[in-house]
Amino acid sequence: MNRTLRGAAAIVGVGETTYYKRGQSPDAEFKLALKAILAACEDAGITPKELDGFASFSNDRSDPSRLANALGIHDLRFSNMQWGGGGGGGSAAVAHAAAAVATGLAECVVVFRALAQGQFGRFGQGPRSNVVSGGGAFTVPYGLMSPAQSFAMKVQRFMHDHGVEQSALRAISLASYHHAQANPRAVMYGRPLDEAKYDASRWIVEPFHLFDCCQENDGAAAMIVVPAERAKDFDHPPVYILSAVTGSHYRAGASVHNTPDYATSNFKTCVPRLYDMAGCGPDDVDVLQCYENFTGGVLMSIVEHGFCEPDECNEFLTKENLLAPHGKLPTNTSGGNLAECYMHGLELNIEAVRQIRRTSPNQVDDVDVSMVVSGPMVTPVSSSVYGSEATV
Amino acid sequence: MTAYLNPGLPKPAPAPDGLDAPYWEAVAEERLVMQRCRACGTWQWGPEWICHNCHSEDLAFDEVPLTGRIYSYERVWHPVHPALNEQGPYIVVLVEFPDHDGARMVGNLVGDPRQEVRIGATVRAVFEHHRDDEPPHTLVQWMVVDS
Repeated sequence: MNRTLRGAAAIVGVGETTYYKRGQSPDAEFKLALKAILAACEDAGITPKELDGFASFSNDRSDPSRLANALGIHDLRFSNMQWGGGGGGGSAAVAHAAAAVATGLAECVVVFRALAQGQFGRFGQGPRSNVVSGGGAFTVPYGLMSPAQSFAMKVQRFMHDHGVEQSALRAISLASYHHAQANPRAVMYGRPLDEAKYDASRWIVEPFHLFDCCQENDGAAAMIVVPAERAKDFDHPPVYILSAVTGSHYRAGASVHNTPDYATSNFKTCVPRLYDMAGCGPDDVDVLQCYENFTGGVLMSIVEHGFCEPDECNEFLTKENLLAPHGKLPTNTSGGNLAECYMHGLELNIEAVRQIRRTSPNQVDDVDVSMVVSGPMVTPVSSSVYGSEATV
Repeated sequence: MTAYLNPGLPKPAPAPDGLDAPYWEAVAEERLVMQRCRACGTWQWGPEWICHNCHSEDLAFDEVPLTGRIYSYERVWHPVHPALNEQGPYIVVLVEFPDHDGARMVGNLVGDPRQEVRIGATVRAVFEHHRDDEPPHTLVQWMVVDS
């Protein structure tokens, strides 16, 4: 028995709500989830009552049983949550949905993520309690408490070890903002960024300027996953899941910043499994969507996914190399978390699908292999590779 | 020493399950301790119920030297807590103990918050007592001794 997900499942529908700045959604979070799922079903040309599974991540608050009730689903077979915070589960949820339909646990699973930070709390703020205990007792009282602060420490060490300059981080930010200017869905559409504006922007925490940090947004995104044998029964050409893996390396979860291999995006053990399953290597990847919680995570992810050596970052990470359609590695072609929307990276998976459907606002030529990197620096992380009909 | 950061951040308290109590007792007496496995000698931090190397439950809190090396650092500018709104920049350091299986601790680097920081510099622990706070506690800050 050949134990692989390669080509065993396909994405046949994608849906997104309007993306809003945080706190500005007129809809409640649960309604956003429903709207994205309905949009994905319409895109696939199916009735939502055909759905029989849900997969999400990052403790999404939209409970599958309530969703199944609201959608009138007859036979709920799969309700799945990837543990771990941030966007680390964005591709893991796709892996789980693919595994479910490939093994017959379910027939038609929706991967979704919904966020309304006006209705619920923000991510980028410190805790408001009077007392902290456990791992946080050793960091929070020193003013080390937000995601930006937790990850800047890793990125600083990586930049030190490999002589990486600020220009590498800046290029990642400029590419996302550049691509967003061609994407009317992007929250930063009509708000271009150039070198001078980046350089003049305030520090959040060194080495992150304001424009190195993701937005916080309201909205929802959804993708419909079916087994490969049904993949051609829908309105769009299928986009096959060539690979989707999750995990983290030795003691990645050590508290108080004690992970032995510290200055990493946490993909070192995932990437060999990712390419083994996909049956391809970094040279075969036509376009990349790489989760920007912070640009430093993209920096280390690009290295760890084999696109450049750690000591080549200053040469490789230029704006030109990251731009569609002709850069060496077109990256974050919808604007990404920085400039399209921070939908915990699920919008990156949708953009990866669009690239294979040839419907991206920044379309790369002849895309057959499209990669997504989900949630660098958290644990567990995940990555996925999507392929056109020609790849299976 | 006077407090490095403005008052009002969450105060550290021993974990309700008792796991880290010996650490908080030690720093109140200006001793620095980390977990060490009695069975295999491995140092580990933060604290856990078993040794990550040999899985023994026989863990002690042993003293470590009051000097370490800056492994990484960051200068924070944007306040993410109201207590820090008037703080201005501050420096957080990650201090490594190379002779203790590379275990690390987090603290602030005392002195000018705009000072240049060198990864690899030797730093010495400075105990910042908050004995009148509720709960009373001690923070461990760091001072460059050899940049």
